[in-house]
Amino acid sequence: MPAVTETRETVEKLAKSSYEWGFETDIEMDIAPKGLNEETVRLISERKGEPQWMLDWRLKAFRAWLEMEEPTWAHIHHPPIDYQDAHYFAQPKKKPGPRSLDEVDPELLKTYAKLGIPLHEQALLAGVEGAEERLPVAVDAVFDSVSVATTFRKTLAEAGVIFCPISDAIREHPELVQKYLGTVVPVADNFFAALNSAVFTDGSFVYIPEGVRCPMELSTYFRINARNTGQFERTLIIAEDRATVSYLEGCTAPQRDENQLHAAVVELVAMEDASIKYSTVQNWYPGDDEGRGGIYNFVTKRGICRGARSKISWTQVETGSAITWKYPSCVLAGEGSVGEFYSVAVTNNHQQADTGTKMIHLAPNTRSTIIAKTISAGHSDSTYRGLVRMQPKARNARNFTQCDSLLIGDQCGAHTVPYIESRNMTARVEHEATTSKISEDQLFYCRSRGLSEEDAVGLIVNGFCREVLKELPMEFAVEAQKLLQISLEGSVG
Amino acid sequence: MSDFLKIQGLQARIDADGTPKDILKGLDLEVPKGEVHAIMGPNGSGKSTLSYVLAGRDDYEVTGGSVTFKGQDLLALEPEERTALGLFLAFQSPVELPGVNNANFLRTAVNAVRRARGEAELDAVAFLKAVRAETKHLSMSDDMLKRAVNVGFSGGEKKRNEVLQMRLLQPSFAILDETDSGLDIDALRIVAEGVNSLRSPDFSALVITHHQRLLDYIVPDRVHVMAHGRIIHSGGPDIAKTLEKQGYTQFLEAAA
Repeated sequence: MPAVTETRETVEKLAKSSYEWGFETDIEMDIAPKGLNEETVRLISERKGEPQWMLDWRLKAFRAWLEMEEPTWAHIHHPPIDYQDAHYFAQPKKKPGPRSLDEVDPELLKTYAKLGIPLHEQALLAGVEGAEERLPVAVDAVFDSVSVATTFRKTLAEAGVIFCPISDAIREHPELVQKYLGTVVPVADNFFAALNSAVFTDGSFVYIPEGVRCPMELSTYFRINARNTGQFERTLIIAEDRATVSYLEGCTAPQRDENQLHAAVVELVAMEDASIKYSTVQNWYPGDDEGRGGIYNFVTKRGICRGARSKISWTQVETGSAITWKYPSCVLAGEGSVGEFYSVAVTNNHQQADTGTKMIHLAPNTRSTIIAKTISAGHSDSTYRGLVRMQPKARNARNFTQCDSLLIGDQCGAHTVPYIESRNMTARVEHEATTSKISEDQLFYCRSRGLSEEDAVGLIVNGFCREVLKELPMEFAVEAQKLLQISLEGSVG
Repeated sequence: MSDFLKIQGLQARIDADGTPKDILKGLDLEVPKGEVHAIMGPNGSGKSTLSYVLAGRDDYEVTGGSVTFKGQDLLALEPEERTALGLFLAFQSPVELPGVNNANFLRTAVNAVRRARGEAELDAVAFLKAVRAETKHLSMSDDMLKRAVNVGFSGGEKKRNEVLQMRLLQPSFAILDETDSGLDIDALRIVAEGVNSLRSPDFSALVITHHQRLLDYIVPDRVHVMAHGRIIHSGGPDIAKTLEKQGYTQFLEAAA
């Protein structure tokens, strides 16, 4: 049948070109030798001009890591990772870190322009022209290991907001970093978090003082560029009493045959009546159609609602990475605090994703909502893994969980693994799950209305994910929709 | 003129749990430009199969015959290409698309078709204006535009939504597959009016129905009687009345 041949050709074509962000930037790099030992940790700390307490903290993490083993419980398969075969530090040559955009290598700026990241504030402002009153977005860009530019720092400073590379924060706001770093994800929390704690190179730091509503969206773009380099970024966001912030991260990497390791840690702290919204559009290189290359993405993200009535909301659209291992979690410690998790995870070709969330209810009247949408195509395998735990003091706590899986084709898999632990009689936990396929009837109906097969799949998938996409900030919702479509191109046969 | 839609010796089968079943067995039919034809026939005569084969559903295997539409080999085209060329099928049982906003779906469809026809796409404002005019015409509430496509629609609402799509996509040849089923008399009148107001020298339609009732409102130029996968009799609109009174028996016997 011609339709089959055509689909196959489309797939072949797309497998070669579908990852638009797969370019490499030619920049002179300062790279640490391969391998991981105490010397590496010391070198990183020294290169970053860190104080002694930071080095001590890293070494503590490194020693803990040496005693730990890689977790094996996730539903993912990969050859053993040789942690000695990677570089743990790479930074564009030009030291110390750039102070303004003028000092940034023009090649770098070109890279970000290609990615559509508006680094120049002027360009950004020009981009928001029109009748719509859209808030500008402050961007922190992390290239391999180093944060290269943070925009709008001045405007933010006037509002009392600190938004800067975490390496700057360590030097300039040591009291804040020391007070919060590692309090949500302790150095020895898990294998990958310990690794990150030892060798993290940069990331973003956000501090919103009491009563301040952050005047704009904050955004970080991460890009892995150098070969054989691990990227370990560390993000710390603190919202004091009645503070509000919305933060978005985006990720890309060049196409390479070998796998690259990415192990990030994100910590969020929300005090009384504070609100943190953390959105991710993750598009690391997923590997080719045979499963060669791609990013191994082992990420620990956790937020604590420390104050009463505080709120933490995670929204993620995960379309990239060869392997995704990621469970953004909320610890609901403040009375009446709220945790939310909205997720779309798409896997195609040979991608594997084991992702979900943990909602730990410690205090009375805490509430959590989990909406997880999983889409599997090709030979991919996707698992939702979620824990809802009601501790003895969580009186009248409530959780609602909904997990929906959509299968495209008959070679893929979707699994839902909910863990529910309730230690309080008054707590209420609800769990709903569905699995469906895109039906021939739906496809034919759309096509008979003039839509191509690809557009039809895109439309149906976006409909399936609507509850999650509507949680994303406006501009990124559009980007996410396009990304979903690109990720699934050629997946129907 | 006569080469607008021409079906010759069309044979098609479906795979019924592993065994192929012939449904269309050498069907001949011509619908000239600007005419509305009706097909009537007992259950299982192959009426819906005909509409699906014309629209390009690939569960059906065409085993013989040909279909030309506006001088092109219709059967060689993908479903969306047929729609771009001007064919439209109003479904007997429209499919639900959960989470897909109806207005967004309509606009995506309209712009896909406009693109394929080399016309400029409609922006959100122009589209909304066009769609509002049509929904008013069909006595549809704006609420139906905000809901997910066909999800939770009543039978009548689904059929109106089909007619709405037809009017927005501006086909030159529409197939209405039992569009009257499940409609009360008021809805029937509205739907029929929606079709009738499209009638012009550039619009043709094939109305598939069980009942004479619809043909009181959409008066066809010709009526064809279908049985056992073939057209067994053709004539003027009065055949429908004969059928209503006497049933299919006389035509079946005459054809035997």
